[in-house]
Amino acid sequence: MSDMKYLERGYIENDELPPLPSEERLTGKRPVAYIECPQPIPCSPCLESCKYDAIKMENINDPPEVIYENCIGCMACIRVCPGLAIFMLHIKDDKGYVTLQYEFIPWLKKGDRVKLLNRKGEEVGEGVVTWALAPERNDRTQLVTVEIPKDLIFEVRAVKRWEQ
Amino acid sequence: MSRLGEHPIVDFDRGREVTIYFNGKPIKAYEGETVAAALYAAGIRVFSRSFRFHRPRGFFCAIGKCSACMMEVDGIPNVRICKVYVRDGMELRTQNSLPNAENDIYSMFDSMIDRFFPHGSHYKKFTKPKFVRELVTAQMRKFTGMGEFPKAELNEKGEYEEIETDIAIVGGGPAGLSAAIYAGRTGAKVILMDENPYLGGQLIKQTHRFFGSGRHMAGTRGIRIGEILQKELYELPNIDIRTETKVFGIYDGVVAAVEKDTKLLKIKPKKIIIATGAYERTLIFENNDLPGVYGAGGVQTLMNVYGIKPGERGLIVGSGNVGLILTYQLMQAGVEVAAIVEAMPRVGGYFVHAAKVRRLGVPIYTKHTIKRAIGKKKVEGAEIARLDENWCVVEGSEKRIDCDFICVAVGLSPAHELLYHAGVEMRFIPELGGFVPTRNRYGETTKPGIYVAGDVAGIEEATAAMMEGRIAGLDAAIKLGYGDEETVRLRDEIVEDLDEFRKGPFGERIVAGLKKIVVEG
Ligand SMILES: Cc1cc2nc3c(=O)[nH]c(=O)nc-3n(C[C@H](O)[C@H](O)[C@H](O)COP(=O)(O)OP(=O)(O)OC[C@H]3O[C@@H](n4cnc5c(N)ncnc54)[C@H](O)[C@@H]3O)c2cc1C
Ligand code: FES
Repeated sequence: MSDMKYLERGYIENDELPPLPSEERLTGKRPVAYIECPQPIPCSPCLESCKYDAIKMENINDPPEVIYENCIGCMACIRVCPGLAIFMLHIKDDKGYVTLQYEFIPWLKKGDRVKLLNRKGEEVGEGVVTWALAPERNDRTQLVTVEIPKDLIFEVRAVKRWEQ
Repeated sequence: MSRLGEHPIVDFDRGREVTIYFNGKPIKAYEGETVAAALYAAGIRVFSRSFRFHRPRGFFCAIGKCSACMMEVDGIPNVRICKVYVRDGMELRTQNSLPNAENDIYSMFDSMIDRFFPHGSHYKKFTKPKFVRELVTAQMRKFTGMGEFPKAELNEKGEYEEIETDIAIVGGGPAGLSAAIYAGRTGAKVILMDENPYLGGQLIKQTHRFFGSGRHMAGTRGIRIGEILQKELYELPNIDIRTETKVFGIYDGVVAAVEKDTKLLKIKPKKIIIATGAYERTLIFENNDLPGVYGAGGVQTLMNVYGIKPGERGLIVGSGNVGLILTYQLMQAGVEVAAIVEAMPRVGGYFVHAAKVRRLGVPIYTKHTIKRAIGKKKVEGAEIARLDENWCVVEGSEKRIDCDFICVAVGLSPAHELLYHAGVEMRFIPELGGFVPTRNRYGETTKPGIYVAGDVAGIEEATAAMMEGRIAGLDAAIKLGYGDEETVRLRDEIVEDLDEFRKGPFGERIVAGLKKIVVEG
C-alpha cells in the first residue's frame, strides 16, 4: 500500500486513472463502463452482476479490471456498485455523455440542467440530463446520463442540481 | 424544522401523534419513536447534568450505553430515554439540577468547584468536628447522586418463564440472524433474543448499498439485507423470536434475560451463540461532553431510523468507512458536512467511499485532529489543528470550523460483557478492536458450547459477520446431532469462503489478529 497517494487526497489524479478505453470503443454504439476503483478491497458486486465477462477479478480483493471490448454497455454493474465508482462513458456526434449514480432529492429528470463537478468537487461546467432512470426502478439509486463537452468525460464525476 | 419529510432512500412512516410533557411543557411526538428522538426533534439538547460539575449533557449514543440521557420518566428516576418509546401523556423531568437541566444554577460549580474542592478533598476538608462532617456530608449528598427516590410505584406484575431449547442466540444483528437461520434450517430448536424492538442490529440504519461479496448480498442496501434476513427467519417455525429482550447474564450455561421490562426468562440451552455486536469508541478532546458531540451510530439512528436531522452543519472526526459513509448519508438527508478530519496521513476507509464525498466538495483534512468543541450549552463550532510526525499539534495551525454538531467516528470495540460473565478466556488483540475471546474456527470459545460471531468476535463488517453467524449456527446444530454430511460440507465451504474474503490487504490486519486468537479444535 506504499504508493497509494490517492488515499491522502480522496481522489485520483490523471496519472492514476485506470487504462482508458480506446477512442473506437468510446465512440461505439453503446457506452462503456469505466471503473475508478484502484484500491484492493474485498468487494465484488460488479463482477457478479456482469453477464458478458467484461470484468476481471481473480480474488474478491482485486481491483476490477474492465475488458472494454467485452463490455456491451448493459449497465448491470453501475446499478449495484456500492462505491459509486462506475461511470458509463460515451461519445456521440462529438458530444460526451457520462452516466452516473445519483441518490439525492429532488430526483433528476430528462432536460434538467446540472452543474458538473470534478473529482475534487470543483465546478467545471454545465450539462443537461438526457436520460434518467426512475429511482424506484433501481432501489432508489437513480442512473443519470448527462450531456457534457466531450473532452470532460474523464473529468466530470458528479452533478449538482441547478438551483435558480 | 428538524424532522425530515422526503428522503431519497427511506420512507418514514410515523405513528400516531401523541403529546409528552418535558418539565411540564407539552411536546408533540409520534408513536414508535424514542423519547430521546422526540425531544431532539423538538430542539431540546440538554438532557441531563453531570454528577460533579453539573456540565450539560445530551444525546450521545442512542443505544443505551452512555447514560447521558437519563431522566425521570413517569416518576421513575434514572431512565435512559433513548431506550424508552413515547406514550401519550408521558411525564419527563430532568434530574440533579435546579430548576432544570437547561438552566441549572449549580452549573456554576463547573468553574469553581475545583478551586475549593479539588478531587479527593472531602477526605481532608470539614472532617472535624463530627457535627461539621455530618452537616457537610449531608449537603454534599444533596448536590450529587442521581435523581430522587421513585415517586411512582411499579404496578406491573412481574412474570417468569423457563425455556428449554437447543440453541440460544444473543443479538439479532446480521451475525445473530444468520446463525438463527442456518441453525434453524437444520431443524434445531432456537431462541433468538435482541434488546431492541426490531431485529437487524446495525443494518437498520445503514441506508447505503453494502460493499462486500456479491454472493453475500453486497450491492444491496443494509436496510434491505436486514429485511431479507428477517424474511428467511420468519419462514422457520422452530425459531422463537424475542425482541425487547435483554440478556443480562450467563450463569453456568443458563441464560438470564428480561423480556419487555417485566418478564424474567430463564433459558436452558444446549448451546449459546453470542452475537452482541460492538460499541462506539470516543475520543478525548476539550469539551467532548458538550451536547452536539455525538457517536456516529447515534446520528445514524436519529437520521435514518427516526427521520430527524442531527443539525444543519456537521464536522466528522475519523475517516474510516463509518465516518465516510455517515458523511454521505448526512448529505442525503440535506445536512451539510463542513469537513472530515483524520489524524492519519491517509483516509482510513475505502478509497471509493472517500471519493464519493470528496467529489461533492467535502474537504478531508488528513494529519489533523479536533482540539476542542466550542460552545456553552451546545456545539457552536470546533477547533481543528494539524499534527506533526509525532502526533503533536503544530502550534499556530489551529482553525475554527463552524458547525452545530460533531460526529466522532473513531472505531468500535466489541460488546463483550456477556463473554466475561460466562467465564470465557479473553485476550487483547488490537487488530480485532480490543478484548476478544479465544475460539476455534467455528467460533466456539474456551467454554464448550458457547460460540461467538460477528463484531463481538472482532470488528470487521457485515459480510464477515453473516458468514461467522452461519458457521457458528451450523456447527452448534451439527454438534447437537442435527443435519447430515451436506450440513458439514456447507459449514466447511463457508469457512473457506471467509478465508478467501479476508485475503486482501484490508483483511491482512484481521488475519494477523485471528492468528493470535483462533486455536485448533
Ligand atoms: C456506518 C456504518 C456503515 C457500515 N457499512 C458496512 C458496509 O457497507 N458493509 C459491511 O459489510 N459492513 C458495514 N458495516 C459494519 C456492519 O454493520 C457490522 O459489522 C455488522 O452489523 C456486525 O454485525 P453483528 O451482528 O455482529 O452486530 P450488530 O449489528 O451490532 O448487532 C448486535 C445486536 O445485538 C444486540 N444486543 C447486544 N447486547 C445484547 C444483550 N445483552 N441482549 C440482547 N441483545 C443484545 C444489539 O441490540 C444488536 O441488535 C457498517 C457499520 C457502520 C456503523
Ligand atoms: S444512553 Fe441514551 S444516549 Fe447514550
